[in-house]
Amino acid sequence: MELLAFGDTGWGDELFYATLMTIAVSITAMFIGFLFALIFTPLKLSKNKFLNFIANSYTTIIRGVPELLVIYLFFFGGTGAVMFVASIFGYNEYIEINAFITGAFAIGIISGAYSTEVFRGAIQSIDKGQFEAANVLGLNKFGKFFKIILPQTLRLAIPNLSNVWQITLKDTSLISVTGLVEIMRQSYIAAGSTRDPLFFYSFAAVLYLLLTFVSMKLINRLEVKYSRGY
Amino acid sequence: MDLELMTNSFPKLLSAAVITLKLLSVSLIIGLFIGLFFAILRLSKNILINRFAYGYSYIFRGTPLLVQIFIIYFGLGQIEYLRSTALWVILKEPYWCAIIAFALNTGAYTSEILRSAFQTIKPGIIEAGKSLGISNKVIFYKIQIPIAVRQSLPAYGNEIILMMKGTSLASTVTIMDLTGVAKYIISTTFKPIEVFIVAGGIYLFMTFIIHNVIKFLEKKYSFN
Repeated sequence: MELLAFGDTGWGDELFYATLMTIAVSITAMFIGFLFALIFTPLKLSKNKFLNFIANSYTTIIRGVPELLVIYLFFFGGTGAVMFVASIFGYNEYIEINAFITGAFAIGIISGAYSTEVFRGAIQSIDKGQFEAANVLGLNKFGKFFKIILPQTLRLAIPNLSNVWQITLKDTSLISVTGLVEIMRQSYIAAGSTRDPLFFYSFAAVLYLLLTFVSMKLINRLEVKYSRGY
Repeated sequence: MDLELMTNSFPKLLSAAVITLKLLSVSLIIGLFIGLFFAILRLSKNILINRFAYGYSYIFRGTPLLVQIFIIYFGLGQIEYLRSTALWVILKEPYWCAIIAFALNTGAYTSEILRSAFQTIKPGIIEAGKSLGISNKVIFYKIQIPIAVRQSLPAYGNEIILMMKGTSLASTVTIMDLTGVAKYIISTTFKPIEVFIVAGGIYLFMTFIIHNVIKFLEKKYSFN
């Protein structure tokens, strides 16, 4: 237990902040994923073949290529890409991108591909009559989407989105290869300096279990909220 | 675009893909047995056995694969007693540590897939078997298992693809699989996009093959 003490003698406070970092990266990545889903879900449902193709390539490539490879692409390629854009504007100094942003973006793109599929499935399984009924009631486009379609989509999507959240949460452990100090990286540092990898990696596993357990409980509440009336 | 680098790195990446496939197939085969074993435990009416199997799948599904590999590769070596047993021959090799982690991980997911497949079998089918005077053992092997396997094919296909992506984590314990070699080439040439296209293309091709094989099997063993 001494190893987990807070302060200079133990790793308790470091691991606590690392856990907060994991939560922060996961939430940011999930949010970026939603933004991607917001763009690509309409493309997937569109009748235009070209737009369909773009959205399908995105989800197929991201879901068929290992997460680690995507992270390496962003880790090694991100700086180059930003410096290239900056050089167009006449800025030629070295730019280092924050590991948090690179990591959250890489995981966000992965999470977005899964979210896109979830939203597509949910919207497609809404009964056609609902769209027609909204038209008959004379609702405008926004009313139709926000009052009729979205609440039903959420009800259908939440169970699957909770899976996406679990995947995203676990994927953040891979960002440790870029040096961002989250649970995995902090355990690696602690294990290296105390020569006690078994304890610290097991403790990391416990922290992840705790995170998945608590988030499941919270999501279950949301599920109940959105399925009232059914 | 550096086309020369792409053509030069292709054979290297392709031979690394063979290691990825080896890791995948060995861990899937072991994982299938683990999964079947725990799925049967989950069906047991004994609460203790049931809880044990549930705990196993909960822990392995609730933690990242990376933690599991690190515990097995870095953690187990710390136990003095293990170092003196015959097991150490296996546990000192990163290759086998990765396979143990992958097999235990996929075993947990497989046990859930098979359990739900067993539970969706209509009781009438088992009753029909009983009324024909078939023994419980034969009912299990000749009726329940074939139906469950057919039932779980789509979900298991997804699991194979997820596991193929999971094998990329072997590169974190010094194994030069497809991702390991890709990372090595990226860090020596600093051309991430080119290498990503070639390595990603190989991964996508493997996903495509697995997807179609599963589709074919689904059609072949469909009930219609």
